[in-house]
Amino acid sequence: MTPLLSVRALTKRYGPHIGCADVSFDLWPGEVMGIVGESGSGKSTLLNCMAGHLVCDSGQVIFDTRADGPTDTLTMSEPARRMLSRTDWAFVHQHARDGLHMGVSAGGNVGERLMAVGARNYGDIRDTAIDWLGRVEISETRIDDRPTTFSGGMQQRLQIARNLVTGPRLVFMDEPTGGLDVSVQARLLDLLRGLVRDMGLSAIIVTHDLAVVRLLADRLMVMKDGHVVEAGLTDQVLDDPQHAYTQLLVSSVLQV
Amino acid sequence: MTGVEPMIALSDVSKTFTLHNQGGAVIEVMRNASLSVAGGECVALVGASGAGKSTLMRMVYGNYLAAKGKVVVAGLDVAQAAPREILALRREVMGYVSQFLRVVPRVPTLEVVAEPLLAVGEDREAALARARDLLTRLNIPQTLWSLSPTTFSGGEQQRVNIARGFAHPYPVLLLDEPTASLDAANREVVLTLIEEAKDRGAAIMGIFHDEAARDRVCDRVVDVTGFAPRQAA
Repeated sequence: MTPLLSVRALTKRYGPHIGCADVSFDLWPGEVMGIVGESGSGKSTLLNCMAGHLVCDSGQVIFDTRADGPTDTLTMSEPARRMLSRTDWAFVHQHARDGLHMGVSAGGNVGERLMAVGARNYGDIRDTAIDWLGRVEISETRIDDRPTTFSGGMQQRLQIARNLVTGPRLVFMDEPTGGLDVSVQARLLDLLRGLVRDMGLSAIIVTHDLAVVRLLADRLMVMKDGHVVEAGLTDQVLDDPQHAYTQLLVSSVLQV
Repeated sequence: MTGVEPMIALSDVSKTFTLHNQGGAVIEVMRNASLSVAGGECVALVGASGAGKSTLMRMVYGNYLAAKGKVVVAGLDVAQAAPREILALRREVMGYVSQFLRVVPRVPTLEVVAEPLLAVGEDREAALARARDLLTRLNIPQTLWSLSPTTFSGGEQQRVNIARGFAHPYPVLLLDEPTASLDAANREVVLTLIEEAKDRGAAIMGIFHDEAARDRVCDRVVDVTGFAPRQAA
């Protein structure tokens, strides 16, 4: 089996300051990896570098593409990479409004992604949009409403539908449950876990919430000051942390 | 692997904890632990509270890292294996009934129990049928099946945890106090489940404070006190 994603020595500096340094790992098909660390630890920088939203200084982000097998996405042509981010990749932003078109209807937000990969039949697009709104538990009656009329939790679920409708193989998530109240978080966790299992997708989730990674992630990477200080099975890292910083992180939360 | 090889084999396993927030103090809690469990056998870990029964079991499951030695489960050395190898082992081979039920909130009990079967690709209807059967045997009222177990009583959560642990016929089972907080009828069901697992050839390692239960289902006991590091000579 080939890893879906292989990151090698990925480094990003902001002038003299380190964003993330020398990060390497393999992500396998169907795996969910969590990246934890406090704000400023470089976890969002790393995520944005991998997804191609930030230009990194050095390293490789090798993705097992459908057509050509493992390919370094950092040296790929811009159109090829844009196509990849529309088809095989998805990015769920912390703030739903960063990942949605707020002036476009809910159905339009989902349909837009389908049209970007070539869907043209209006009826098919609308049916697929209705199906996906249902999967993220948004009533069909809201399909023509704009996301501005939705609650925060609904907006986040709409963002997930928009991202997953094209059947991506890899999803990047930046604090997907941040800023939502606890019951909405639980609902979103349930939804995400079901989608991961049923669609066999792989995901990389950046969060500072250890309870979220305990339930969602198979593996965990702990970052501090731009470096990965510890990585392993999620329950091993949380139950038997080896690094001083991880021990501090785990002992600082009430219960995970 | 051949039939005579044990399903669980620990050899010269040591465990240390390094407490970085206490000046990097290194505490050795176990030294040179060796034991094996064959298929169809149930082995009880005994020893006083704090002697290291749970620590040893966690090293087998892989959520504690062994400092030294080998922890071989169905041919895989958990002490050295990559995360994805341990994940596959846990999915296919090794089940763990802990004392705590950790689930995604809002997921119905029936789904919680069926999940290990769905994870190995079992047909959805067959998985749900197996879950219903186990919940019925463990006397969880049908009215509760569609609810999340997070709101259940301690004993009910324990039984849901057991149902989940026994849903997939794992060749290796780790049981942490499976009969704790159960009434006589449910205790009997759990002991029968353990006997059935042994009959189908599962290798079982357990912690049982319930001595009568231990005597009934366990073939051997291993006193982990023998694995305590010697005091500085």
